Amino acid sequence: MATLKFTDGELAPCREDRATEITLAEWREGARPEAGRFALALPNDAALDEVAHALARFDAIILHFPTFKDGRALSQARLLRARYGFAGEIRARGEVLPDQAFFMARAGFDAFEIDCEAIESFRTALSAFSCVYQRSSDDRAPVYARRAATRAAAA
Amino acid sequence: MYRYDEFDETIVRERIAEFRGQVARRLSGALTEDQFKPLRLMNGLYLQLHAYMLRVAIPYGTLSSRQMRRLAHIARKYDKGYGHMTTRQNIQFNWPALVDVPDILEELADVEMHAIQTSGNCIRNVTSDQYAGAAADEIEDPRPWCEIIRQWSTLHPEFSYLPRKFKIAVTASAHDRAAVRVHDIGLRLHRNAEGKTGFEVIVGGGLGRTPMIGRTIREFLPKEHLLSYLEAIMRVYNLHGRRDNIYKARIKILVHSEGAESFRRAVEDEWSGSDKAAVDPPREEIERIRRYFAPPPFEKLEPESAAFDKARAADAEFARWARVNAAPHKVPGYVIANISLKTPGAPPGDISAAQMEAVADLAERYSFDELRVTHEQNLCLPHVKKDDLYDVYRALKAAGLGAANIGLASDIVACPGLDYCDLANARSIPIAQRLAERFAFSGEEDDIGDLRIKISGCINACGHHHVGHIGVLGVDKKGEEFYQVTLGGSPGEDAALGEIVGRGLSADEVVDAVGRLVDFYKDHRREGERFLDAYRRIGLERFKEALYGDAEIH
Repeated sequence: MATLKFTDGELAPCREDRATEITLAEWREGARPEAGRFALALPNDAALDEVAHALARFDAIILHFPTFKDGRALSQARLLRARYGFAGEIRARGEVLPDQAFFMARAGFDAFEIDCEAIESFRTALSAFSCVYQRSSDDRAPVYARRAATRAAAA
Repeated sequence: MYRYDEFDETIVRERIAEFRGQVARRLSGALTEDQFKPLRLMNGLYLQLHAYMLRVAIPYGTLSSRQMRRLAHIARKYDKGYGHMTTRQNIQFNWPALVDVPDILEELADVEMHAIQTSGNCIRNVTSDQYAGAAADEIEDPRPWCEIIRQWSTLHPEFSYLPRKFKIAVTASAHDRAAVRVHDIGLRLHRNAEGKTGFEVIVGGGLGRTPMIGRTIREFLPKEHLLSYLEAIMRVYNLHGRRDNIYKARIKILVHSEGAESFRRAVEDEWSGSDKAAVDPPREEIERIRRYFAPPPFEKLEPESAAFDKARAADAEFARWARVNAAPHKVPGYVIANISLKTPGAPPGDISAAQMEAVADLAERYSFDELRVTHEQNLCLPHVKKDDLYDVYRALKAAGLGAANIGLASDIVACPGLDYCDLANARSIPIAQRLAERFAFSGEEDDIGDLRIKISGCINACGHHHVGHIGVLGVDKKGEEFYQVTLGGSPGEDAALGEIVGRGLSADEVVDAVGRLVDFYKDHRREGERFLDAYRRIGLERFKEALYGDAEIH
């Protein structure tokens, strides 16, 4: 198992030092990160309000997919980016399959804990679609914006 | 009709390429069936009793003749020469081979069709009023909003792994032909006191094993905020819907257990904190989509047609067909021509390749190239001149599609049942066939009038039995097929769930028992009173006596 980072459309093994992990339970018991790199691991039923004010202390938030069918962490990632403005790493842990990677990346994930041999199928999945219909946490323009740009260029 | 541009086409083609890869990984064993299952489902592919079944979306029920001809071609080349229209404006092919499915999807993409999200725990094909753009009682065409929802919900990054499937329906008429109160989200376009049009938002309706009527959580939503409001509902559901029990995972359970008011507050809080401008499409995009649904070039006609009157006078069968199957159109001189796929004795909703082609020809020649699929498993030609109606009727009759029974006792909705489906407990199709033959061939249908019989082969309720005036539910009793009857349901603006009458009946008993219900109604109705209204007045107890054959006969 390795952590792969997805930045600027490129998927590559993570080169940074491993962050010290703090679970939500440890956070509730008073653990507070001070020096070094820290990651907060949240279960997928955690309300983000509880940790919202402390997000800046963390380099990474780890969100959990207990099974690949359970998409709650997709909403958590979307909220972390759009509502709470979290700009650090959001990492997917658990049953993380290539077929979900595109949605995960769009929802705000930029790191995946996966087997290294799966890297090629993740690369393929992450580049499967060149157009999207919605604005989300990534910087892709939805097709309605591209349509408007095409019209403006033609005018 | 909406037409794909380069972006729409690219998304559909890239989706097929992705699925082709997934099929190859499955065939090579790289994916387990458990891992492949949600992927194939989100591309409309089920594994049924005998074979794979491919469900193709007909977004908001609108088809062109070119698309219908392609469906006919697919039925011939990859299936056994027919297709099955569903209660959600989809068509199902029952016999495709897995290796062929990516090629079928390419053939569909050539005519701007797909099977994306026709199954799986995601937002399904959005459905609407089959009379959209033609109905005399409509306040505006709901289809541009359906297309906006279709695009937004396609491959949505956040809402593709929901607790359970999710169905949205839209109507814009006072008379609800889209069953919006029994959908996960129902949207009703209406006009407020200031004369503006907006959506009533209804959440948490649904059938299945826990049927519920949806609750209104917003009386009036400005149209331009539709998508941001839908996102707020979906996010609350995605985060808080139950995932521990598949039977309690639909949004209706969440709305019911939280209470509609508490659910509404959660949605409103989520919505008020969201960046609406990032989600709601800009006005120019709404206008771009709306332009595709501009009315066709209707002719200026007299409201009455001499040719139509003459044909009615000369051909009594046509006169009856026109009275039963034609519906009022908003433009003088035009009608909506319904095409029944409930020929008594045939499986409800089935249509052969040759019939698809015949109907496509009629759409092209007489209805501005448009066809609609209805949630009651029929078709309609939305814009036919009264002058042309007799020609249309004769062509339909020649194609074996001349049944005059829209809304009558033999217009029965039924799921595929145990003949095809591996969830079913009992067969639906043979019961539907026997009931339809009984009412149609006895000639009593016209006298019975408006009667909706709906049959499901198991409690998943794909035949919508809960909202039938008479519902029939197949159950398994120690390996034998039994049928439970419900009474008093309605899917429309007066939505209601049927009440279970009592013990189940055998396949042999149930047809006569339903016949006794209808006889009891005929004996006790008041002048002009529909079956449903008579039931509501008289009540369950006396109909129950009729069902089980111990009622007094007057």
